[in-house]
Amino acid sequence: MPVLAGRELRIVGFLCNWCSYGGADTAGVGRFTQPTDLRIIRVPCSGRIDPLFVVKALLGGADGVLVSGCHPRDCHYASGNFYARRRLEVLKGMLPILGLEPGRFEYTWVSASEGQRWQHVVTSFTEQIHTLGPSPIKTAFGLGMTTAMSAMPEGGKHAAA
Amino acid sequence: MQPLEDLKAAIKEALPGLDFVIGWESGWNPLLATPLFMYAPEDVDKLTWGPFNVNNPATYLSALKGKKVGVVVKGCDSRSVVQLLQEKLIRREDLTVFGMPCTGVVDATKIARKVGDLGMISGAKRTNGTLSVTTHEGSLDIPWEEAAADKCLSCQYPNAIISDHFKGDPLPPTLGRDPAAEQLAALEALAPAELFAHWKDAMDRCIRCYACRNACPMCVCRDHCIAQTRDPHWISQDDTVKEKLMFQMIHSLHLAGRCTECGECQRACPVDIPILALRRKLSSVVKNLFDYQAGVDPNAVPPLFTFQVEEAKINERGW
Ligand code: SF4
Ligand code: SF4
Ligand code: SF4
Repeated sequence: MPVLAGRELRIVGFLCNWCSYGGADTAGVGRFTQPTDLRIIRVPCSGRIDPLFVVKALLGGADGVLVSGCHPRDCHYASGNFYARRRLEVLKGMLPILGLEPGRFEYTWVSASEGQRWQHVVTSFTEQIHTLGPSPIKTAFGLGMTTAMSAMPEGGKHAAA
Repeated sequence: MQPLEDLKAAIKEALPGLDFVIGWESGWNPLLATPLFMYAPEDVDKLTWGPFNVNNPATYLSALKGKKVGVVVKGCDSRSVVQLLQEKLIRREDLTVFGMPCTGVVDATKIARKVGDLGMISGAKRTNGTLSVTTHEGSLDIPWEEAAADKCLSCQYPNAIISDHFKGDPLPPTLGRDPAAEQLAALEALAPAELFAHWKDAMDRCIRCYACRNACPMCVCRDHCIAQTRDPHWISQDDTVKEKLMFQMIHSLHLAGRCTECGECQRACPVDIPILALRRKLSSVVKNLFDYQAGVDPNAVPPLFTFQVEEAKINERGW
């Protein structure tokens, strides 16, 4: 039973094909328990991630966005994550002016062998998003709740948990 | 005004070797000069300089590839020229830059709020600390701080950063208030949900005319702007705040480390949406992270065009 069952928020994860997607897979093969709020989108390289992907996800109602790539110096394409790091750091500084807590977006590095680290990253990021609660953007845009569970009335949620 | 006469003489002298020179002439309204393209000496006689030369003529440059052009710039405009050169979007050898020291330009929006309607203004004149405007109801004296563009109150580059012909005595930086920074600080003091509500409210007025983009000297994709492509379809044609805000984020983020804070985007907005705050924020983020200010050093590499293996100020594992 996932830790946060019944109170899921929606988190989008952009994972690079060569390291972090493999890391998440390793965690799965190792049967490490993980919260289930994250939906993974596989990209060829963290350098492929246009900061606007993150903005689009957040404006679309995601409660959090996580980007994960190969560790610096380990990029399959040598320098993709170095460019990504600068862009994503700028984005991180910029998002709060929109009215988004800086913690709603994080980026990190997980290698294909680091199943354990992936478990740690996804768990602590999910907890961080739950501490922040649903994105203010959802309320402002009147976006529907993102899971069937959270669409239930309070009582229903408790019943489900 | 002797420096202006000297400048005109310099332009006339340079004209035979150029396709044209861009500057300003008096506009339909005494408050707003209009861009002037000088092809012949008679055109040069129309050139004006002063508090109404608001537009940034550097906006035209990136579309003029292959032409030999001259451009008359204020200090802030010259930063756009420098940034365009840094990004190799224009060629230094094709460009002749003319400049004079600048003592600031008006903010028509501020003045419109005072007189009600810009169309009623029949005359405008600046004398040191005052802008006097004439309407059919009489004349109104506005203290310069209340008439000037925000950027001019704390202008750090009143003289062209690069120029081939500079006339007049260079001015020191202006040490006044920085209202744009104050505005940004006020926004940043809001709680996230309130801040988002502010943008929702502000962008609700947006008519998606894209004037903010078109006036921006550093927006160079033109017909290839991703705001209008269908493949990929970044934003739809829906008239929703979400799409409009997405467009502002596209514009802002595409200007990261490139925006020279000339303010043309906000000035061009027909419904006065305070979008400059987004750019100001980005510039301050870039400044803090990379000690970099756009458009001040022709030889610098913009920070997002490069990287360091060890980044001095990025702590990517800090969360
Ligand atoms: S910012 Fe400086 S250079 Fe630009 S118009 Fe104002 S005073 Fe002139
Ligand atoms: S984004 Fe605005 S302030 Fe920045 S360069 Fe473009 S027009 Fe000027
Ligand atoms: S200029 Fe103003 S109204 Fe036009 S697209 Fe930009 S923000 Fe919207």
